[in-house]
Amino acid sequence: MTDAGMTVPDGTQGEVVIRVRGLTMGFDDLVLMRDLNFDVRRGEIFVILGGSGSGKSTLLKHMIGLNRPQAGHIWVAGSDIAEAEGAQREAILRRVGVMYQMGALFGSMTLLENVRLPLEVHTKLPRQAMDAIARARLQLVGLGSFAEFMPSEISGGMQKRAAIARAMVLDPEVLFLDEPSAGLDPITSADLDRLIQRLARTLGMTMVIVSHELASIFAIADRVIMLDKESQGIAAEGDPATLRDTSNHPWVQRFLRRTDSDEERPA
Amino acid sequence: MDSTAASAEPPFEYDATVDPAPRLRLSGRLDVHAVEQHWGSLRRRARDLGQQAAGAVLVDLRGVEYCDGAGAALLHALEQDFARADAEVRFEGMGRMVEEQLAPYRELDAVEPARAADGRGWWQGWMDGVDRVGRAAHSQFSFVGELTRAVGSALRHPRQVRWGDTLRVAEAAGFQALPIVSLIAFLLGVILAFQSAIAMRQFGGEIFVANLVAVSLFRELGPLMMAILLAGRSGAAFAAEIGTMKVNEEVNALKTMGLDPVRFLVLPKVLAGLLVAPLLALYANMIGLIGAAVVMQGFGIPWVAFFNQVTSALSLSDLFSGLVKAVVFGLVVAGVGCLRGLQTGSGAASVGLSTTSAVVTSIILIVVLDGVFAVLFYHLGV
Repeated sequence: MTDAGMTVPDGTQGEVVIRVRGLTMGFDDLVLMRDLNFDVRRGEIFVILGGSGSGKSTLLKHMIGLNRPQAGHIWVAGSDIAEAEGAQREAILRRVGVMYQMGALFGSMTLLENVRLPLEVHTKLPRQAMDAIARARLQLVGLGSFAEFMPSEISGGMQKRAAIARAMVLDPEVLFLDEPSAGLDPITSADLDRLIQRLARTLGMTMVIVSHELASIFAIADRVIMLDKESQGIAAEGDPATLRDTSNHPWVQRFLRRTDSDEERPA
Repeated sequence: MDSTAASAEPPFEYDATVDPAPRLRLSGRLDVHAVEQHWGSLRRRARDLGQQAAGAVLVDLRGVEYCDGAGAALLHALEQDFARADAEVRFEGMGRMVEEQLAPYRELDAVEPARAADGRGWWQGWMDGVDRVGRAAHSQFSFVGELTRAVGSALRHPRQVRWGDTLRVAEAAGFQALPIVSLIAFLLGVILAFQSAIAMRQFGGEIFVANLVAVSLFRELGPLMMAILLAGRSGAAFAAEIGTMKVNEEVNALKTMGLDPVRFLVLPKVLAGLLVAPLLALYANMIGLIGAAVVMQGFGIPWVAFFNQVTSALSLSDLFSGLVKAVVFGLVVAGVGCLRGLQTGSGAASVGLSTTSAVVTSIILIVVLDGVFAVLFYHLGV
């Protein structure tokens, strides 16, 4: 195999997959964030950080077109997600996968059926192939032997992993993960981190992750943006370790040093 | 990998050769579109090749630029096809991406399902059925017990009852049901009067329509119709509300706070049901009589004559037997709705099941109890 198609993205340069310009978001009269500008590049693991209530999940919902911005634009794979309608919108959504915070598995379907559903909707593959792909995706998240279980019969962490399997069953270009490791035990959470890294590095999938698991962020994130509720904007942007060591923003310092290493915190 | 270049990348192609050695060459983008197109044909070629090969087959992947999950599914299916034809496969030029994608498929071959297939005999199935019925009966009896205890303690300590909730439920189940009860009761009165008046007219006995309508409404149809409406409107709502709370673990939250769900959730609803059912039945009776009276105008019976006939036809026992039934029906509808809500499993679908089951069970019980009351009142001479 030639290496040309398999170059490992280094996460710092490359094509922009998501471009956010002048985004103001909120609900009715309440403005959460004003004038956000950032880019997400192909193949990078991009983490959105922020305190609770700062609008991390809301930003994610804007990026997948569930909410409309109050002002500004979000381009996903070259199209404005808020303006896109009909077939154009479907084409964008076909290229992204989303894992919701609570998993959002369909309770009336087995795990296999849940994971197979996007294939049934978007492809014309034979049934045997769909089943094989869905089972393999479940195996990839460590649930290969639970394909016939109902979501209610497995634990919360397993539901979350099944939801990730469903989100990536179509090999999306961009995978949006809302709090992927919250509620998982440290071992499963570390496995999940490795999986995310493998998908990004070997398959070139772009990851947009909302999280506040600092250990996981330092382990996998190529770049983070930190949403600050006070200033309604991005407090810091960059590689997490560099931010922790060099940022002089007091809130960024408190956030990143808090659980990472207490002894390093300046007295 | 650059997906804007996806269209620029060479399309998927394959060719199979037997000379000098059996060889299957794949190249281009091995993605879901390629797999959609070539799944059947490529596997047929592979089976043929495997049979011709009688030994080893070389699968050349050097030209594969991209491989997604569907591509890996195809490669794995090819592997199995070759194996079935007793041919040994050797992959050449498998890149990291293909390897990564193919790994879970290969792992799966060794994975056992976490739950063995259901291989139990009919006897075990039968016993499971008996077990289920037993458990259902047990949970219903214990619910009746808990409810009785809660009502008993409410009577002894009326201050502990959540009267605010009770009144709110009574408003939703009673006051807000008035429009639909009015409509149905009025039409029922109209229909009863009209149908019987046509028959009665042949004997010149139109005035006795008043007796017929009044007695059948007060003793039977008023409470029965009210109960069915209550089951459809409020029994279903109780089951859905408590069921959703159960699914969201709110019921568990109540228990861990030391609050008894029966006393906290069920009692207000059951008390509200007991309160509004006889009132709704009485209201339905009145509206039904008005409907009948309107029809009788058309048959030449004036208002005064109609209502005089009604008062002479009805006895207090007619009124009270109907109201007793209504109270019991109200208890059954509210109780069954809450019971089904508390029996909800997990997931959105089970809330739907509970709601359906609440309405069906209520209506069956109402009809059966109505029969019991008919026999009971006959023997009591009421």
